[in-house]
Amino acid sequence: MRKFLLIVNHDDGVVETPMTEWAPGDIAAHMNYYEALSKELIESGELVGFTALADPRLARIVRSDGASAPVVTDGPFPESKEVVAGFQVIDVESEARALEIAARVSAVPGPGGVPTQQPVEVRQVMSDSAGEL
Amino acid sequence: MTSQPCLEDLLRRLTPQVLSKLVRRFGDYDACEDAVQEALLAAAKHWPADGVPDSPRSWLLQTAANRFTDLVRSEQARRRREELVAREPAGADVPGYDDTLVLLFMCCHPALTPASAIALTLRAVGGLTTAEIASAYLVPEATMAQRISRAKQRVKATGLRFRMPAPDADGWTPWLRSVLHVLYLIFNEGYAATAGRALHRIELSGEAIRLTRALHRILPANGEVTGLLALMLLTDARRPARTGPDGELVPLAEQDRTRWDRRLIAEGAALIASTLGSGPPGEYRLQAAIAAVHDQAPRADATDWRQILGLYGMLEQLTGNPVVTLNRAVAAAMIDGPAAGLALLDGLDGDGGPLTGHHRLHAVRGHLFEMAGDVESALVHYRAAAACTTSIPERRHLTAKAARLHRHSPSR
Repeated sequence: MRKFLLIVNHDDGVVETPMTEWAPGDIAAHMNYYEALSKELIESGELVGFTALADPRLARIVRSDGASAPVVTDGPFPESKEVVAGFQVIDVESEARALEIAARVSAVPGPGGVPTQQPVEVRQVMSDSAGEL
Repeated sequence: MTSQPCLEDLLRRLTPQVLSKLVRRFGDYDACEDAVQEALLAAAKHWPADGVPDSPRSWLLQTAANRFTDLVRSEQARRRREELVAREPAGADVPGYDDTLVLLFMCCHPALTPASAIALTLRAVGGLTTAEIASAYLVPEATMAQRISRAKQRVKATGLRFRMPAPDADGWTPWLRSVLHVLYLIFNEGYAATAGRALHRIELSGEAIRLTRALHRILPANGEVTGLLALMLLTDARRPARTGPDGELVPLAEQDRTRWDRRLIAEGAALIASTLGSGPPGEYRLQAAIAAVHDQAPRADATDWRQILGLYGMLEQLTGNPVVTLNRAVAAAMIDGPAAGLALLDGLDGDGGPLTGHHRLHAVRGHLFEMAGDVESALVHYRAAAACTTSIPERRHLTAKAARLHRHSPSR
């Protein structure tokens, strides 16, 4: 089994309308799609964890030289599209399976049930086990 | 022969009783816990085959005490544990105190952080496994094991054994407050979990109610203990109506009241009525009284907002908690109109007030502007609330609320 990190950014894919302006049924369908997918991955034993992050305006950046008081700032953040919105860690048989799950995440429905095509970044997670050298 | 689930229930019920007896006798929590675990394993092995002994509690106690002695005698543990046993006098029996209460007080020692106290309480008094507690709090098992072990070390470091202050001594009141706070937090963690996330989670609110019932049996005359139990029952009664078919949050005013649990409401209301006339109410009694007024209204628009406003006023004076002011503003708006409620909110974030940028303040403002028919302002605040909350179900609820309002917005 190999672990992968699937990252979703604040990049809404082909959708231009903010979610607070979608039809309520579309919002419900969007959320239920994620929940059903998570449930499916829990039942298949492939989901290690998932985390949705709060809005970037609640974020802080900390810098410290280890000696003086750390410097804590609000941002500045890059283009909001490049900020992480949430991530899942999955433990799957192959990279192909990881890509398959990422595709399901990307196809989450938006307004009118049309897939948003939001980009999903797939990263391999490093392992602490070492093979025979 | 007792079936497997019954046996598990029996063992789980007896574990804290046996553990607390043992710790009071010998003092060393870690060694006693090891001994009890071994006694439980022995019971799980022998009872299904040989039948449950006549007095399962005495059997477990005797077996655990024997194991404890073995542990103390064992070469590797001798020095540390014998020294402990020798140094600490055997705990004297405090008359009228149930062992469970003593154990509960130890686990909720005010020197512990709430997170440590919660973990230790669920482990020692609730009898849950570390894995169960970890999954309930969505953290890895190793993290929870560490949290529990640090809590035990901290209890040990404070020099606390099974001594607790008498109900009239200094230190009793803050200590009991800390016990009630831990139980309240356990309940809330369970209650706030919505269906999707609750998958595979131990039912924490049920566990908190069970522990609070036990505490109430021991301290039936304490108004705050009664108040906390009533608050839990009156809140839990609404759980079936609190989420919709897709797991979305349903606000109180829109809940299907036929789905509320009448039996829990009756019990909670009777409990709170029983505290009337027993001195000035504390914060749990007041919160329970507010919950009772909501639960006893046949329809949302039949709610006795005047009584709720009065109770929030008392709660605000008692606690000074700005979130209480937020709720008082909603009650004021229901009686005197949204402008009265909005005026009360200004003190909360004007000049860097305590709730500046808080999502609940935005949500309440959105609600009151919506009541006042000011759709544009309501939208601004609902969107800000959706952005600022860190709760997934709340974000979903607020986003949907903004979306619905946007569709009816005149400027659309």
